[in-house]
Amino acid sequence: MRANCWNGVNDLRVENVPDPKILNPRDAIIRITSTAICGSDLHLYNGYIPTMMKGDILGHEFMGEVVEVGSGVTNLKPGDRVVNPFPIACGGCFFCKSTEFSLCENSNPNAWMAEKLWGHSPAGLFGYSHMLGGYAGGQAEYARIPFADVGPIKVPEHLSDDQVLFLSDVFPTGYMAAEACNIKPGDTVAVWGCGPVGLFALASATILGAERVIAIDRLPERLRKAREHCKAETLNYEEVDVLEALKEMTGGRGPDACIDAVGLEAHGHGFFATYDKVKQSLRMQTDRPTVLREAILACRNGGTLSIPGVYGGFLDKVPFGAVVNKALTIKTGQTHVQRYLRPLLDLIEQGRIDPSFIISHHMSLEDAPLGFEMFRDKQDECTKIVLKPGMPSIRRGGQESRKAGDGGDSGTLH
Amino acid sequence: MATDPANVRAGTRQHIPSPEDVIEGSSDEARSAENLMESYLGRARDIDAARMLGYVSVGLGLAALLAPRSVGRLTGLQEHAGLLRFIGGRELASAAGLLTQRDKAPWLWSRVAGDAMDLALLGTALRPSNPGRNRAMGTIAAVAALSAVDIAASVRETSRRSERLPRAKAQAEPLVEHSITVGRSPQECYAFWRDVTNHPKFSRMLESVTPIDDRRSHWVLKPSGGSKVEWDSEITVDKPGEKLAWHSVGGSPVTHAGVVQFEAAPGGRGTIMRVMMHYRAPAGRLAAGLAKLMGKDPNRQVREDLRRFKSLLETGEIPTTRGQPSGRRSLLGRLMPDGRKSNELSAGENV
Repeated sequence: MRANCWNGVNDLRVENVPDPKILNPRDAIIRITSTAICGSDLHLYNGYIPTMMKGDILGHEFMGEVVEVGSGVTNLKPGDRVVNPFPIACGGCFFCKSTEFSLCENSNPNAWMAEKLWGHSPAGLFGYSHMLGGYAGGQAEYARIPFADVGPIKVPEHLSDDQVLFLSDVFPTGYMAAEACNIKPGDTVAVWGCGPVGLFALASATILGAERVIAIDRLPERLRKAREHCKAETLNYEEVDVLEALKEMTGGRGPDACIDAVGLEAHGHGFFATYDKVKQSLRMQTDRPTVLREAILACRNGGTLSIPGVYGGFLDKVPFGAVVNKALTIKTGQTHVQRYLRPLLDLIEQGRIDPSFIISHHMSLEDAPLGFEMFRDKQDECTKIVLKPGMPSIRRGGQESRKAGDGGDSGTLH
Repeated sequence: MATDPANVRAGTRQHIPSPEDVIEGSSDEARSAENLMESYLGRARDIDAARMLGYVSVGLGLAALLAPRSVGRLTGLQEHAGLLRFIGGRELASAAGLLTQRDKAPWLWSRVAGDAMDLALLGTALRPSNPGRNRAMGTIAAVAALSAVDIAASVRETSRRSERLPRAKAQAEPLVEHSITVGRSPQECYAFWRDVTNHPKFSRMLESVTPIDDRRSHWVLKPSGGSKVEWDSEITVDKPGEKLAWHSVGGSPVTHAGVVQFEAAPGGRGTIMRVMMHYRAPAGRLAAGLAKLMGKDPNRQVREDLRRFKSLLETGEIPTTRGQPSGRRSLLGRLMPDGRKSNELSAGENV
């Protein structure tokens, strides 16, 4: 089959690899119909997540049709159309039983590596380094899904791939981040980063009853999506002082909850942004916590800081004194996707949200490396790329990648 | 899926990974992943004084090498432009060592030696006839301060290194101890462990265990280092649902003993298992084979075995990626100009 393989920093190649096989009784194999590039894939692409090896197949947001199941899988059969969650969870351990699926104790065969870095290992993930399991990812024609009796959810035929694909990661991730804010009537929620997770956090905060949601980014097209689809007020951090503006907008008190949907490769500007870039390139710190610092300072006293953005290692100059003295609550973690599949699919079916609004491009799986480049450099107003196995490649003279219609239609939240 | 031991036995035999697999995949891959991990951790460790000093050396070295005259004027060593060039070269050598080598101690000490040289040279610049005498005094103070940092870093790095060494030697007779929480009752955990034929399913070191009678069994390790390691074992303590202890008996040159306790975890959270084990073989090929199986870190072997025990009981299978596809290429594949030939024997294929 064809698969998008990591071959080093900024070096991806779509290659021929063997087809996946059933390896354990609870495995299933699916033929992938849609697979997306995630912002967290860019951290792998740019080399900030350790323990990647040449040849690793990327991708953790994917869906498709079941083609084969192991002897232990009774709830799925060939032909079922399913969306697959990015964390792998056994369903039977202490954490799975308390629905904290991304902390599954049994799904990471390389748990010792993560234990070395973090003390304990979280669940194994698809296509996200050997430290997190070394599982082949889903930017491919087929994928093997371990514990398939627990993860994948069947989706109805009348919903398109574009509408349900993001149940695999970014929609639940944004939703869990908003849910963690424990939103009460009258609350204001500020979200840093208007990539897919940030946009879903904004939309979810509105669904969960926030009075106001404020979106912070620098890219006009993303801020426009936040306004048009998530009912957000927007701040461009290159134009205004975010801390000042947030204070002004909230009567001096600050947002009740702040969501960092950016993570370890924050851009930012000013002294600390430069300081972080230099330290990271000299390999003296692993992550750039620009947004985290700002969110801590912006949050109101006693407020909640929710962090869906990915951090991997060690952070410098984090104003922890502010966290303590302002009595902030920090909520974070990889998403317990399995917990949210059913309720969020219900929201989509009821027409309360159409997640396809984040898509900016459809491309062939063959063009994945080009897609990563565009997404990294935010070319052509790129917000989210959906890769389609079997779609003709641009490079082979096929049709152009389709840019999703970006009409200012009636909004996404209903 | 049910975790009836009978199911487990039938379903998972072929998925038991081999002992050389510390991580999933071939041992080469295991090593390279381990190295990646080490370098990442090393990078992040306490802002890394050695790396800082490395960058200081780069700065000083480049300045002295490229602008010896200006540096000479600044430091009170204007008469020694040639020597300053040499000092610059020396600094860059230290920098290269500090920034690229894994063992930083010798390179840190090279900086200390350099500091001593520099202080001696600066001493000569204190003679009254030197017009830059006052500047030389200032430079001496600065170099002395930097020397203190160098010495502190060198001493710390050296002691770190000596901590590492004895640990590597102490692998001949490992006594390993580990505990884990399993989401099953003490009785279930005990029963699965008590049936000795289950052990090769979760222990990567074992080739087979054959019962001889109710208390005795024959244990064979996976072949390693050319010699077959085997022994008879006898259960010495058998308290169902609580404790099991065993030791090797009879003429085997290998001694092995172990004890495992099963304890109900609080709040109905399953069972806490505490395992203690000891292996010993006479020096020679047997010991070498055993050491190879146990690897660099015998604790890890036992820990991983227990993890697999837990997975088997909780999920009915052992998580694996062996045999999954990847784009890792064979030697032949790498030689192909378009780099598109994938390797059928990739990833975890058992070769």
